[in-house]
Amino acid sequence: MDENITAVKDAPVAEPKSHPVTININGQQHQLLVQPWVTLLDALREKLDLTGTKKGCDHGQCGACTVLVNGKRINSCLTLAVMQNGKEITTIEGIANGEMHPMQQAFIKYDAFQCGYCTPGQICSAIGMLQEGHATNREEVKELMSGNICRCGAYSNIVEAIMDVKEGGQYE
Amino acid sequence: MNSFTYTAAPDANTAAALLTADKHAQLIAGGTNLLDLMKENVAQPAALIDINNIDGLDGITTLDNGGLRLGALAHNADTAYHPLVEQKYPLLAKAILSGASAQLRNMATNGGNMMQRTRCYYFYDTSTPCNKREPGTGCSAIGGYNRIHAILGASDSCIATFPSDMCNALAALDATINVTGPEGDRVIAFTDFHRLPGDEPQLDNILKHGELITSIDLPKNGFEKNYAYLKLRDRTSYAFALVAIATGLELQDGLIKNARIACGGLAHKPWRKPEAEDYLIDKVPIKENFEAAADIILNGAMGYKDNAFKIELAKRAIVRNCLTAANLNN
Repeated sequence: MDENITAVKDAPVAEPKSHPVTININGQQHQLLVQPWVTLLDALREKLDLTGTKKGCDHGQCGACTVLVNGKRINSCLTLAVMQNGKEITTIEGIANGEMHPMQQAFIKYDAFQCGYCTPGQICSAIGMLQEGHATNREEVKELMSGNICRCGAYSNIVEAIMDVKEGGQYE
Repeated sequence: MNSFTYTAAPDANTAAALLTADKHAQLIAGGTNLLDLMKENVAQPAALIDINNIDGLDGITTLDNGGLRLGALAHNADTAYHPLVEQKYPLLAKAILSGASAQLRNMATNGGNMMQRTRCYYFYDTSTPCNKREPGTGCSAIGGYNRIHAILGASDSCIATFPSDMCNALAALDATINVTGPEGDRVIAFTDFHRLPGDEPQLDNILKHGELITSIDLPKNGFEKNYAYLKLRDRTSYAFALVAIATGLELQDGLIKNARIACGGLAHKPWRKPEAEDYLIDKVPIKENFEAAADIILNGAMGYKDNAFKIELAKRAIVRNCLTAANLNN
């Protein structure tokens, strides 16, 4: 078998060694001991009980697991917790500041969900998108939110809610 | 996912040395494709070497020759939205932004984009034979469902396509790839980097085990006046290309003076045919001439049960995209 082949069926079983990581999550420092194969998503949900971040597809296709890492939206299912040492992470639990974040309020105002499972990811993604500053109209919002699937089909109201926040509550 | 060891490499030399020492080791950067493959047990590395902490590989800097150097660890989004890329290489910006989702583009790196693997369904499905995943087991796509598969450069062993959008633009722009490894540094022409499957479809590219990509260099000419990127897919966003075309033209006095056409979704690598580009030199940028160029590009194309439509689709996409590029009023 060529050495460049990545699918190694006879790979020796590695000694499972845990690694210490320090991650700031929602403004609070956490020191964790994680096995290398634990994704950030699983660390949030299973180790820190931050279950607001949802596991949908676990393959980066649905966006339910979207969180902000150093202010940028990413799929937490496709990165390892051990790779997040020293990072600042914001999950849906850290979005509100005393009162609900304007994006949370807008999602309620515009009825931008039905079952709600994708909503934490939608809200984190929408906040990340507005911080990126590349969406100027509805079409661009739709394109730049395409990494977040809503199987209830609340897309039109999600776009309305995001546009309302983008326009500072002046969107009609 | 199998168990594996994890090491964060402090510098490129250490990463190359660690990788060289363990043939079952793999580098991880953005991880967006590798971790997905590991979850499917398609990739089972015994060791992951994290290169994200290596300094100096995430920059985007101008070169003395007027070109631009893209760090291997610069993220796809940061690259696409970089002012110099937007101004001088809009073809690259557009190609990057037509791929994946915003979250994935925030995570994925430029080097990793090149190293991503095919999205052939059978490559991902470990219950089926696949010569790319397990050499010698056969190709399930030939005779299977092959809508997304290759019409050019395929072999009896593999009809997978290379899925990147970014790489179509890099191929059209004649980028070069800077690589380091145990035997030193080398520069690889972009169009030489990815390979056709032949009878070794397990090899996507010519990178040797132990080598890593440090940067990608863009030449001075960014074709920023007359360029276009067209991506055709089964939904309007967040899907891989059935056919993607990157075109760059230089026009003078109503004639084509320089042409680049790179096609994605058609083959095991971004598909370029210099004969077609040469054919267009000193021709007027009209439909008939682009049709003739498309015929040269698609010469020898062969469809399978579900993807024969791609031959005509690719021809029309090439013509349309070249006309769009020619008529761009920048």
